[in-house]
Amino acid sequence: MAERELKKKTSSQRTEDEVVEAPVPSSTEKSEKLKAELDDLLDEIDEVLEDNAEEFVRNYVQKGGQ
Amino acid sequence: MAVAKVCGIETEYGISVNGARDANPITASSILINAYINELHGNVGWDYVDETPGNDARGFARESFPPSEVESHLVNTVLTNGARYYVDHAHPEYSSPECISPREAVVYDRAGEEVLRASMNAALRSMPVGQEIVVYKNNSDRKGNSYGCHENYLLDRALPFGKLVKFITPFLVSRQVIVGAGKVGTESPLVAKGKVQFQLSQRADFFEEEVGLETTLKRPIVNTRDEPHADASRYRRLHVILGDANMSEVSSYLKVGSTAIVLAMIEDGYMDDLDLSLYDPVSSLRHVSTDLSLRRELRLKSGRRMTALQIQEALYERACDYRDSHGLEALGPDGDGNSVLELWGEIIDALKTDPLSLADTLDWVAKYRLVLGYKERNNLAWDDPKLAAIDLQYHDIRPNKSLFYRLGVRAIVGEEEVKTAVTQPPTNTRAYFRGKCLERFADSIASANWDSMIFDLGTDPLRRVPMMDPLKGTKDHVGKLFEESVNPAQLLDSLGS
Repeated sequence: MAERELKKKTSSQRTEDEVVEAPVPSSTEKSEKLKAELDDLLDEIDEVLEDNAEEFVRNYVQKGGQ
Repeated sequence: MAVAKVCGIETEYGISVNGARDANPITASSILINAYINELHGNVGWDYVDETPGNDARGFARESFPPSEVESHLVNTVLTNGARYYVDHAHPEYSSPECISPREAVVYDRAGEEVLRASMNAALRSMPVGQEIVVYKNNSDRKGNSYGCHENYLLDRALPFGKLVKFITPFLVSRQVIVGAGKVGTESPLVAKGKVQFQLSQRADFFEEEVGLETTLKRPIVNTRDEPHADASRYRRLHVILGDANMSEVSSYLKVGSTAIVLAMIEDGYMDDLDLSLYDPVSSLRHVSTDLSLRRELRLKSGRRMTALQIQEALYERACDYRDSHGLEALGPDGDGNSVLELWGEIIDALKTDPLSLADTLDWVAKYRLVLGYKERNNLAWDDPKLAAIDLQYHDIRPNKSLFYRLGVRAIVGEEEVKTAVTQPPTNTRAYFRGKCLERFADSIASANWDSMIFDLGTDPLRRVPMMDPLKGTKDHVGKLFEESVNPAQLLDSLGS
């Protein structure tokens, strides 16, 4: 167990497996505008979304593709 | 000098039938295309006798590798814009005509969306009430099944294939940070389900090899299909199978544009001292796709470590030098090279400082912002089916259902030119000849292919017009012949064939 932990901490492993955070919105003028537009879309999105999300996602099956 | 980067995008669309869940997708695809042909377009069949998808660029051929059409005898047609529209495997596929520039490739890819939309509307009129065929421009069903959006680029045959693979691989792996279409979760058997909430690419989950001939299983980062559809002593065609189908025109434009620039640099030996070979390209592909911070470092063969964004930046900087020393005429006559370069630099800068500011520009960012916004507003977990539904519905191409269309993402081509491109071929490649033959003399064409047209004038024998050079048969070359020919016999006589 101790050995495995040691191995995990070699430098290459650490860099490639490192869990890193997602980007966060900044507060520039542009991102404020984007946020306002997104809020508008979020207000109406439920009317557009497929009625039963679970069924829709489950039934979307595609076979035989390149 | 690099050869003109004649290019095109082929898209396999996802298809489902509302009101008939168990409908056969092959039948549904056939109905869709037949509806378009019957209602809006004449039908000229595709000739695939000369196609050789089993030839490998590494120098060998696989015998038992028939074109899929031979197996299925499915709908397969040519449009007056020079595109091929057909059933491939179990999907409707639109292969754009040969385009002279990345911008033109985007126009004809968007024209493809219009063709599919018109097909859906036409099919709707012939289907039982309550049933509707719906088409999605994406690459996965979220259950491990993937279908492709392939790009094609004309290359000089003199470029050794091994050299191409070496220099293009790090570019293809890293370009996901710009051109990925985004996906909620993961379908890779190698990654624990809960570990990836959102990733940059639709396709990265499905690639297992660095180089190879396959396109449907054990997919390789670099596909070796050696089928130039042109004079094989002069040309290669690079068939890129890694990319995502893009809804965003900017993503699509940069996908084709930056790839074309890098290919021109490789051809001209301009990257010989810029070896960014990755230590493990297949793992790196997944690491890049699943790293939303864009800061994860990849290990290079040289021992150096770079992020995908740093690799893109190094290639972009080299491309700026290349423009200064060689010019970018290979990307077409309308200055596309410079616009691509400018946009590429702009996007890299934004990704470095504030990636989410590109929510109105790039596919993956637009989708991520939407999914995240919905998740936070409704306090949902990442595995909530509603988030998966948003992912799928982003790619729905029905105007009233598509989430992409509602996002107001930045466009770069005009609706009018897209509309024109639905029926008119590009003017600067052989697609012009193909499209005009179809428009003028469809009744006398027995079949068509990328590199030939076969005429049936009612007298024997059939007459074949070879089109082995993608840069011949342009409007400049043959426009006048079409004006002067009142019938196909006259056209063939003028061509001297």
